[in-house]
Order: sequence, then structure tokens, then C-alpha cells
Amino acid sequence: MTLGVLAQVVIRERTQTCESRNDFCPDWIAHHYDEYLSPLWTHLQLVLVSVALGFVIAFALAVVAHRRRWLVGPITGFTGILYTIPSIALFTILLPITGFGFWTAIIALTSYTLLIIFRNIVTGLDNVPEEARDAARGMGLTERQRLWKVEVPLALPEIFAGLRIATTTTVGLAALAFFAGAGGLGAQLMTDINFKSNIVLAGGLCVLLAVALDLILLVAERLTVRWEFEG
Amino acid sequence: MLATFLNDFSGGLDFIFHQRESVSGGVSVGGSQLWPLLETHLRVVIVSIAIACAVSIPLGLWLGHLGKGQFAASSAANVGRAVPSIAVLVFFSAYLGLGEVNLIFAMVLLAIPPIFTNTYVGVRQVDRDAVDAARGMGMSGGQIVRRVELPLSLPLIFGGLRTSTVNVIATATLGPLVGVLTLGDPIINSSVYGPEGRLGAAILIGALAIGAEALFALLQRIATPAGLRRPKNERRAWSRRAALVPPSPTSPSAPPAP
Amino acid sequence: MTDSNTAQPEGPHPNRHAATLEFAHVAKTYPGTDEPAIQDLSFTVEAGEICVLVGPSGCGKTTAMRMVNRMIEMSGGDILLDGQSVKGRHTAALRRDIGYAIQQVGLFPHLDVAANIATVPKLLGWSKDRIAARVTELLELVGLDPDEMRSRYPSQLSGGQRQRIGVARALAADPPLMLMDEPFGAIDPISRERLQNEFLRLQGEIRKTIIFVTHDIDEAIKLGDRIAVLQKGGVLAQYATPAELLMAPESDFVADFVGADRALKRLALQRVRDVDLWTTPWVRAGEPVAAARSRVSQTDLKLPLLVDDQDRPLRWLTDADLRGETVPSVSGVRPPHCVEADDILRDALSDLLQHGVQYAPVTDAGGRVTGILSLELITDFLGHQVPGHIIEAPSASDRVDSAP
Repeated sequence: MTLGVLAQVVIRERTQTCESRNDFCPDWIAHHYDEYLSPLWTHLQLVLVSVALGFVIAFALAVVAHRRRWLVGPITGFTGILYTIPSIALFTILLPITGFGFWTAIIALTSYTLLIIFRNIVTGLDNVPEEARDAARGMGLTERQRLWKVEVPLALPEIFAGLRIATTTTVGLAALAFFAGAGGLGAQLMTDINFKSNIVLAGGLCVLLAVALDLILLVAERLTVRWEFEG
Repeated sequence: MLATFLNDFSGGLDFIFHQRESVSGGVSVGGSQLWPLLETHLRVVIVSIAIACAVSIPLGLWLGHLGKGQFAASSAANVGRAVPSIAVLVFFSAYLGLGEVNLIFAMVLLAIPPIFTNTYVGVRQVDRDAVDAARGMGMSGGQIVRRVELPLSLPLIFGGLRTSTVNVIATATLGPLVGVLTLGDPIINSSVYGPEGRLGAAILIGALAIGAEALFALLQRIATPAGLRRPKNERRAWSRRAALVPPSPTSPSAPPAP
Repeated sequence: MTDSNTAQPEGPHPNRHAATLEFAHVAKTYPGTDEPAIQDLSFTVEAGEICVLVGPSGCGKTTAMRMVNRMIEMSGGDILLDGQSVKGRHTAALRRDIGYAIQQVGLFPHLDVAANIATVPKLLGWSKDRIAARVTELLELVGLDPDEMRSRYPSQLSGGQRQRIGVARALAADPPLMLMDEPFGAIDPISRERLQNEFLRLQGEIRKTIIFVTHDIDEAIKLGDRIAVLQKGGVLAQYATPAELLMAPESDFVADFVGADRALKRLALQRVRDVDLWTTPWVRAGEPVAAARSRVSQTDLKLPLLVDDQDRPLRWLTDADLRGETVPSVSGVRPPHCVEADDILRDALSDLLQHGVQYAPVTDAGGRVTGILSLELITDFLGHQVPGHIIEAPSASDRVDSAP
């Protein structure tokens, strides 16, 4: 019974004050935030899957290009073109091929991460001090051992930087995934584009998500790359 | 699947070049009917970039010269990456109403971070010895900026311009959401234009973005002082921890086109 | 702590793990160039010897060294390690058998000191305990405190420390051969001298076969058992011991390269303790003056030296001091400048000149006086080395006490 009264009060509150004035409504946010959890979860999935996939692909490409330098130009060019095409356009172009849904968005979002991560890994590997490379070779490490024991560990800071940029970027881009029918916080935002609280909440959650993921990666970097922060 | 794609793709191309009647009938769309959309699209892009430049470049030059505002620069970069453009656009529609002013305002906001950050970092990474020598020769602060720091940071400033332009071209696609008829209309209101319309517009926008990128790449190369083509130390100037700007002058410093 | 009389009592013997190395008509021409980098290089390095490759820049000394572990492949000829061609072996396996220390050291920044040193042992599959023990042993060998150093990262080390770790890392798997490319080149002169001395001490203990590349002829003379002087094109101008090089250069090039001050360079070959030092009476406080005076007349330098009860010099005594009944004690006076028995004559000479004295007491490692060194003795030494009559200096690592 009390619940009914409360509900009525809230509804009256809404219709009389906050919503009608289209103002920031902390109460509304407090009451309705759970509606955002599902889109947030979808959004997170979109980001994690595309960054992970992009990382795997870019890493493989970078390792190959590290040995065959002539590949760096073409790969950079190709991923660069993918990067330049506006996401909405890419989502739309993919529709005839893969239709609406999660994986269409993933394909596009993954493409955007490729350039950043690839370039950072290549630069990171290039920046390994020449004398460490020479010493490793002279001491009898094979090419593969050099790559995994010396070059990749030393390139980790650069790789992490690329991952962080790629992640925060993808969070922003995934807001448009609804053009591919993949949901996410953008879709939630579109449900009511005139209601400010909705916009603020959806957009704010995006930013918060980006900040949180960035922080997690930063912590991961501090834990794995201990030598960078010593001395 | 490939056959369907090619079929759809040619349908989209056809839309670009030939007029036809809209899905619901009564209106002519496609072909030369796209010109007004294209014109609007370009107009809002150019105006937004111009305003963003007028705001960010002097600010970036000044702060970079003084060496202050590192935090602002890195925050601008990070926040600019994470904030969804659509949210910014739609948010201000409540205050500024629908129309080009709102669109341009939102796009200026989105265009500022890459240009500002790149200008700032560009000035910071100028060889300290060169600035020192300039000061020693008796140049005033303003002269140093104009004669030494600005020319030497041009490659990066152009890089930021490139990024912002491509971003803004993309954001302008969302114009119809706030009542501005840009090339995004066939995508957003695809029920009117049909699937070929949607695809055709997407192809056009993609081509526009790639074209702008290529144009700026050329301009960047022309504007780079001859002695400065791809200096090696540019890679090392990037602070890894700030994750401020990705390495290489040819790369954008902010998110890809939304 | 050290007794200079126990230097190598059993005589020097090569480490049983030391290899012989032979360059047999080695040639190298880089593709696209006309001039060969190395024309026809042949020489042999005995087990346990330090062979220094020295020459002007561009002479091919580093190229020659890097062909041993096949970092650069030969165009012609062969290099034999213990009689076996290096070309026959798998490169990575070959390199794990050869210690490699370069000028910039090349420590891995992402690994701590212990992990750096353990690199090759780990590749060879040593057990963890064996590796840990070896790391401790090596750190002590290069003069660093194991507990303090093992967990540090290269960025926290000084240049000299990094060099030592680099050497330790090269020694880790106890290789029969070491290649060292200007390892002390990037260090300041003071630390460099110290590192060179310690390097000799180290070699005295471990007796490896070492190929050492340097452009500094003084370093070559100080460290080498045999020196290969190379000219442009890898042409071997002379392959000889330091003494031979100084006293019998085979060509104008070698003579020029060694330097016009060849005579003075010879001073680097001898230690103060190898010279017949002058004697002087040393007296203790409280001794009867008469006895002191009688001893004075029997010595080379007729000046009494006041020493403490451990024979450490305190002060030169004048005639006035010996007026009384007993030798007076003195206090508050700075002792005269002394020269150490282990110093090379070159440094001792520079010491004497710097302090403006003609002679100085010679002290051993414990500070006890063993004799007097004078400028006259040094010039005598130079005068006795007549060209054509070569007095061999002891081998480089024998010139150092094995115990610090």
C-alpha cells in the first residue's frame, strides 16, 4: 500500500518537476540506474571482445612485420584506411554482409583497434636498445628466444600504451554500435534523446567505463613491467 | 554472401550517381539530390574545424611554450577519446535546440582535444636547445613561438588537424539527429532512402573521410620544414605513461571517426 | 692481508677450461664494397692467454673478433676453436660456449642483475640452485656484494658496476673463450684504471683465453699477453708480446702507433716491487741514536726514516733529530708521500713528479715500508733496456697479486 503511494508520489514528482523540466534528476538516476546495467554489460562486452581480438591480430601482424620490415608500410596503410572510415559508415557497409548484431559491431570495432595497437607494438619493438639486442644475439639466444625473452618484455610499456588508447577509443566508438544493431549504452541513449538525465547517465557511464578500464590496464602494467618503475 | 555484397554495393554506388524516387514515394532522392546534403556536410565541417583551430592552436602554442598545463593536455586527450560524440551532440540539443548551431557547437567541442593536444605536445617536443639558442639571441617570447616553435611543431599540428577533420566528418553524419540534413540522413532515415541509399551514403562518407585524410597528409608533408622530415627522436619524445599521443607524426591522436 | 711473495707459487698454468684459438687466413669482404675489410689474417692464441687486437679505427679489429662467434660471417678462411672450425657448429650453440662482453654492455633493462647473469646458464638448463650459487660466486669475483646487487636493476647501477655485471654475465657459463670489445671504453679514466687492475686480478684467478679489442695502445700493453696490431684491411702488422712491441717494432706503422713515447711506455711493464729498491735505515722512536747513526752509513740513501712499531713510515729525520740520546718520536706531522709496491713504474714516476720529490718510501699492501724508490732508479731502469736486448716482463696477469 505504501509502495503504491510512494510510486504515485514519484510519478507525480517526475511529471511535475524533473522530467518535465528536463533537468538533472539525481532521484530519477537513483531509481532507474538498473535499466542501464544491461546496456552497460553489452557495452563492456563489445569493448573487451574487440580489443582482445584486435590485440591478437595486431600482435601477430607486428611480429611478422618486425622481421620483414617491408610489410610495415602496407599494413600501416591498410589498417589506417580502416581507421579513417567513420564507424557509422563502416557499420552500415558491413550490414549487407553480416547483418545486424553483435558480431557486425565487433568486426568494425576490432578494425579500429588494429592501427593503434599494431603501430605501438612495432614502435615498441623498434625502441629496444640496440646493445641489448646485440648482447642477446652474441650470447647465443635464437631469434625466437630474443623476441620473447628480450624484445617483447622491453616493448611492454609501449604495448600497454597502445592498449590503453585502443580501449578508451573503443569505449567511445561502441556508443554508436546501435547502428549495427548491437545495443550498448548508445542504444540506451537513443531510447530518449531528449531527456537530459538519460543522456548524462549514458554518456557518463561511458566515460566512467573508459576511466575504469584505463586504470585496470595501468595497474596491470605496473604489476608486469616492474623494471620500468624501479630506480 | 559475396555475391549479395557486391550486388548491394553496386546498388549503393548506383544511388550515388542516379536519382530515383524515395521508398515512400513523392520525393526525389539520390544522384544530384545528394548535392545539398554534401554541401551542408562540408560546410559544417569546415566551420567547426575553423573555430576549433582558432581556439585550440593559440591556446596550445601558449601553454606549450610556457610548459604549463600538461595535465590539461593529457586529460583532454583521454576524455576526448572516451566521451561518445553522440552524447555530446544530443545533450546540447536541449540547450541550443535543433539546428546547425547545435551541431557546430558540439563538433567544435569534439574537435578541440586532438588539435589542442597535438599543438601542445608539438611545442613541447621542440628541441630545447633550439629554443634556448633563440632566447639567447634575444628573441622575445612571442618571436620564439612564431619563428621557432610553431614551424617546428607544424607536422604535429597538422596531424591533429587531420584527426579532427576526419572525426568531424564522421560526427556530421549524426546531423539529422539534431535536425541538420547532412550526408548522414540516408543512414539515419533509411526508411526514406532505402537500403541502397543507406549504403550509398556510407560509401560517400567513407570516401570523403579518406579523401580528407589524404589531402591533409599531403598538406602536412608540404608544411613540414625540409630539415624536419621524420626526425628519429620524435618516437622517443612520446611519454609512454601519459599515453598522450600515439607515436609517429602521421597518426591521429584521438579516436577514429565516430 | 696479502703476501706479495706468494704470487703464483706453482707457476702459471692455463685454466683447464681455456681453449686455443686460431685464425687461419681469415678474410672478409662486405658485398658491394671493393676493399676487403679483412684480407688474410692468421695468428694463434694459446690457451689462457689474453690476446689484444689493437689498431686505428676501421682496421677491422672488431670485425675480426665478431667473426669468432659468427656475429659476422667470414668470406674466406677459417677460425678454429680448440682445433674445431667454428663454421661447423650451430651458431646459437657456439655462442653459448663463448663469453661475449661489448662496450655498451647491453644489460637487459627488464631483468635484475641476477637474472641478467643467469641468462646463458638458464638457456643451458642449469638447475636453479646451481644458477643461484654461480651468480653469488660471480658477483664476488667481480668485486660486488652479492646480497646488495642481485636484485637491482640496470637502471640503478653506475657505469662501472654495469661493466662488472657485463663481465660476470659473460663468464656465467664458464666458457673456454671470452670475447671483449672495448669493455672499459665508456668508463671514466679513474674507474677504468681500477677496472683494468681488477680485470688482471680476475684473469690471474680464472685464466681464460680472451680476445680483447681496444683502440688504446696503453690499455693493450697493460693487459695483453700478446698484442696483434692491425692495419687497415685487417692486415696484421705485428703479433708480439708487449715488450717486443715496445722495443722492437717491426714497421714504421707499428712504431708510430705505439707512440713516440715508447720508452716511457715501457714503464708500464714493470712494477715498483720488481725494481732493486734503495735501502735506507728505518728507525723507531726510542731507539738509541748511536745505533741509528751506525746503520745510516751502511745504506744507499743516507737519510733515516722514522717508522712506527709496524714499520709504517712517519717522517724523514734530519740531523738535528739525531742529536739527542734516543730517537725522538713525533706527532702531528703528515707522513711523507709513499709509493705502493704494486704500482706500475709509470704511475709511480708520475706520483714522484707530482709531489716534487726525488724519492719516496715504498710501502706494501699493509702500509709497511719495503724500500725507497727514486727518480734515479727509474732512469736506470730505462737506461738498462737496450734496444735489441729484450728483458721480458712477466705475463700480464702475473704482474698482479692473485689476492687483493
